[in-house]
Amino acid sequence: MKFTRREILTAFLGLPFALSACKSNSETSSIDGEIVGASANIGHILRENRNVEVPANNWENLKVAIIGGGIAGLSAAWKFTRENFNDFVLLELESAIGGTARSGKNNFIGYPWGAHYLPVPFKENTELISLLDEMNLTEGKSQNGEILIKEQFLCREPEERVFYKGRWYEGLYLRVGASQEDLRQLNELNKQVDFWVNWRDTRGKRAFVLPIANCSNDAEVTDLDKITFADWLKQKGFTSERLIWYCNYACRDDYGLRLEQTSAWAGLFYFCSRVRKSGAESQSFITFPEGNGKFVNFLHNKVKDKTRLKSIAIEIIPNEKGIDITYLNTETNEIRGIHAEKVIFAAPIFTAKYLIRDFKQNTPDFVKEFEHNAWFVANLFLKDRPKNQFAKDFPLAWDNVLYESNSLGYVNATHQKGIDYGQAVFTYYFPMAEKGGRAKLFSLDWQELADIVLSDLSMAHKDIRALTERIDFMRWGHAMISPRRNFIWNGSREKATKPFRNIHFAHSDLSGIALFEEAFFHGLRTVSEILIAEPAGSGR
Amino acid sequence: MNRTPLLFLNVFIIATCGLIYELLAGTLSSYVLGDSVTQFSLIIGIYLFAMGVGSWLSRFIEKHIAEKFVEIELAVAVLGGFSAPLLFFAFAKLSYFSVVLYGVVFGIGTLVGLEIPLLMRILKDELDFKDLVSRVLAFDYIGALVASLLFPLFLVPKLGLARTSLLFGMLNAAVGIWGTWLLLPLIKKNVNLLRVQGFIIIGLLLIAFIKADYLTSLAEDALFTDNIIYAKSSPYQRIIVTKGKTGYALFLNGNLQFNSFDEYRYHEALVHPAFAALNANPKRILVLGGGDGLALREVLKYPSVESVMLVDLDPEMTRLSKNLPVLAELNKNAFEDSRVSVVNADAFVWLDNTEIAPFDVAIVDFPDPNNFALGKLYTTRFYNLLKAHLKPDSAVAIQTTSPLIARKSYWCIIKTLEAAGFSVKPYQTTVPSFGIWGFALAKLEPFETPKKLSENIERKFLNEQTFVSMFDFSADTSLPKDEEIEINRLDNQSLVRYYEAEWRRFE
Repeated sequence: MKFTRREILTAFLGLPFALSACKSNSETSSIDGEIVGASANIGHILRENRNVEVPANNWENLKVAIIGGGIAGLSAAWKFTRENFNDFVLLELESAIGGTARSGKNNFIGYPWGAHYLPVPFKENTELISLLDEMNLTEGKSQNGEILIKEQFLCREPEERVFYKGRWYEGLYLRVGASQEDLRQLNELNKQVDFWVNWRDTRGKRAFVLPIANCSNDAEVTDLDKITFADWLKQKGFTSERLIWYCNYACRDDYGLRLEQTSAWAGLFYFCSRVRKSGAESQSFITFPEGNGKFVNFLHNKVKDKTRLKSIAIEIIPNEKGIDITYLNTETNEIRGIHAEKVIFAAPIFTAKYLIRDFKQNTPDFVKEFEHNAWFVANLFLKDRPKNQFAKDFPLAWDNVLYESNSLGYVNATHQKGIDYGQAVFTYYFPMAEKGGRAKLFSLDWQELADIVLSDLSMAHKDIRALTERIDFMRWGHAMISPRRNFIWNGSREKATKPFRNIHFAHSDLSGIALFEEAFFHGLRTVSEILIAEPAGSGR
Repeated sequence: MNRTPLLFLNVFIIATCGLIYELLAGTLSSYVLGDSVTQFSLIIGIYLFAMGVGSWLSRFIEKHIAEKFVEIELAVAVLGGFSAPLLFFAFAKLSYFSVVLYGVVFGIGTLVGLEIPLLMRILKDELDFKDLVSRVLAFDYIGALVASLLFPLFLVPKLGLARTSLLFGMLNAAVGIWGTWLLLPLIKKNVNLLRVQGFIIIGLLLIAFIKADYLTSLAEDALFTDNIIYAKSSPYQRIIVTKGKTGYALFLNGNLQFNSFDEYRYHEALVHPAFAALNANPKRILVLGGGDGLALREVLKYPSVESVMLVDLDPEMTRLSKNLPVLAELNKNAFEDSRVSVVNADAFVWLDNTEIAPFDVAIVDFPDPNNFALGKLYTTRFYNLLKAHLKPDSAVAIQTTSPLIARKSYWCIIKTLEAAGFSVKPYQTTVPSFGIWGFALAKLEPFETPKKLSENIERKFLNEQTFVSMFDFSADTSLPKDEEIEINRLDNQSLVRYYEAEWRRFE
């Protein structure tokens, strides 16, 4: 089924927007580009190769196989190497490692394809800090023991700006034209955040902290998961349009969900988990031109000889001796097998029902609780940056948000390098928060996607079409886990985190929130689970 | 009605206008191309010659003399009236400016040359030849005198070049329109068409004159008290060079960078202390910013200097400093010196990406930190990057805005340098165009405040006494005691916020 231009623009950008955009030109003929990555036919490969035979001499024996080369899998592999355990491989189905944290690079600069920052961890997150130390991102500690990150890796000011009714303003919360009541409500939200930042349960645990495994499970907090963030805001008397927008943006940005779809627990988690103590600023962001691709590439370099790209797991078969894994090398079309003792399943949980033999026949109930939402990400390669239309417009920032748009705006890859003139790469994010978003996303071709992005951005940048030389797209069908109402604390995560017949699950899905810290945590957790049973150094 | 006296008034106005255009072209070309003797000589020569051509051509006009006269007036109104804006525009946008300049001068000259012969032919039936010649030429020369007095005394100082030319264009057009009434009996063709044309032209000139403030180049004419002799928008900034009573001045995005009458104070204060703080002979010098070449001029005075690398963002700026005669003269053709190499890059990115042998002296001369792109050039990160390009004994001098007007900003930069591991000696001096101006002298190891300047270096401003006194700060410029001043980092850009708050008070 084909859609008209107006239908597509209406679906993505909203009707009023589409009506004005439709009058504008839709010219993209001078712009190059393609849809990259995430091959859509992987599902087919899985279905076609359901009953494959592995040739006898294509089997190998290994202690551990890691399935999935996102942050969780890479972190596990990194941790194994650090612990001197080397009897493992990592299978990644794509030709590029990193999952949704991966990045691209041209002859000018790197740019993200997904996750693009990491808030500075609290001092308690020692494992993560050891990674940052190893990457040489740190420069000692503050007086109270918090980690200090080198200046050039902390998000450079100006961090954010927002486009509203034709003008750019500083920050993410729209301060211009805010009434006394708007500001009072903002202050009230900050008070609520403060309350939860200071809150401790009887064991002294924080309500919201990273990783989520360290959050209090006291009902006073977890009950927040039973209502949506929209309802919570309503209950607390928040009505300010710009405040609601701000909270909605937070949900869309971090979770790909709208306010009404997000659990209140998750909504508050966004605001509270990165604030050290009452009144303190939210933790600074560590970022790079290529976003979290920096971490991916670092981790990957440490375990390069253990990673097998274009290796798509076909089946994971637990048996009496251990686990057999069959996989297909999509480049050579060769079917191979691994006899492993343990598996770290570092892929999205929904794939377990296609891969693990026992789950295929009898899918546990919790699997269907793990819902993912779709996103698309566009990288726009510009020969020059758009000119501000008004002298007083706030200048190009790292994160550039359009108040009136369904997109999340764009991040400027050159920002962190201090490149303020000339060519630039803008990474544009669009969460498909609606039901059926995935199908809609995959029904669009490059031309249609480009039209959405350019129509959206041309509202703020009249010159965007002329400046854009190339647009590449990544369609993430299962970009991130959805922390919708009544998921995080409904027990599913707990069940899924338990090993199943020597299969240890490691994915940010298990936290219910798709964050680097969570993926890293689960990667390392599975490694300790395995190494306790199999002490370090005993590997070949 | 005896129209003869009114026709003589026409002669007078035409003559005034004609000389004004000539003076405008001469002034403008000597501003932008330098060498005013040559320029005035060429402009006058070409203009007079073109008038001769015009006079000669008048013989080919046999019929409809009155109409032709009106049409020529309107043509002069357009070409002469828009000449100054057109030439400014051409200079900013075109590389073959001189072709346009001399073309315009020749065009106006030819048209003006046609005017008097035609008028004389119109008047010939009303006067005898003796009277005609004596009166027409007398009014012509009186007009010239009036123009030459008005131009420097009133027009240039009050109206500027652009609006002067628009005003006289309107006068020419008025003469043309008026002519359609004065010469009505002689006009055979459609007189209304001529009038409509005339009013359209006068209207356009009037709009340009009134809207002058809204047109960028003309707005700048109003913004800057002095005359603009060069204006161009590069991808990085708007570059303006003006000429006024006190001398030439350079503006970047509307901010004064120097005025030729006192820039030597600034540039001597910027450059020589760093050389004085050096123990060894300076050989390799780095200049960051300073695309005007004036710091370069001071650096090149040291015979021991073997190479100077100048890193400036804007190729347009360094090209202009090399090629615009007034600037090249001011920087003593520093860009022609074989020791100088120019890199056009953002100094932040260049320092980050470039591996190069360390420098003995670094002179840092950026515009004030009034935006984030400039603010990053004053951060701990920037100074750390700079450090990596220095030797243990190297000396650095940095322009650091006014400690009087932007006191917190000034001390923020000093604190930032210290936080980046430099030992810093703050100093200041007076530059009348700027006021009290601040600098920082920094080295990587603790050092004594230098007391002696290098010998045998020619200086107009600095002597031993002023040099020593520069390191003293008055009560109103010294480090504020009761206020905490943040370090300027990439992730806070505190300096830009201080600077904006402090300078906003003066807007």
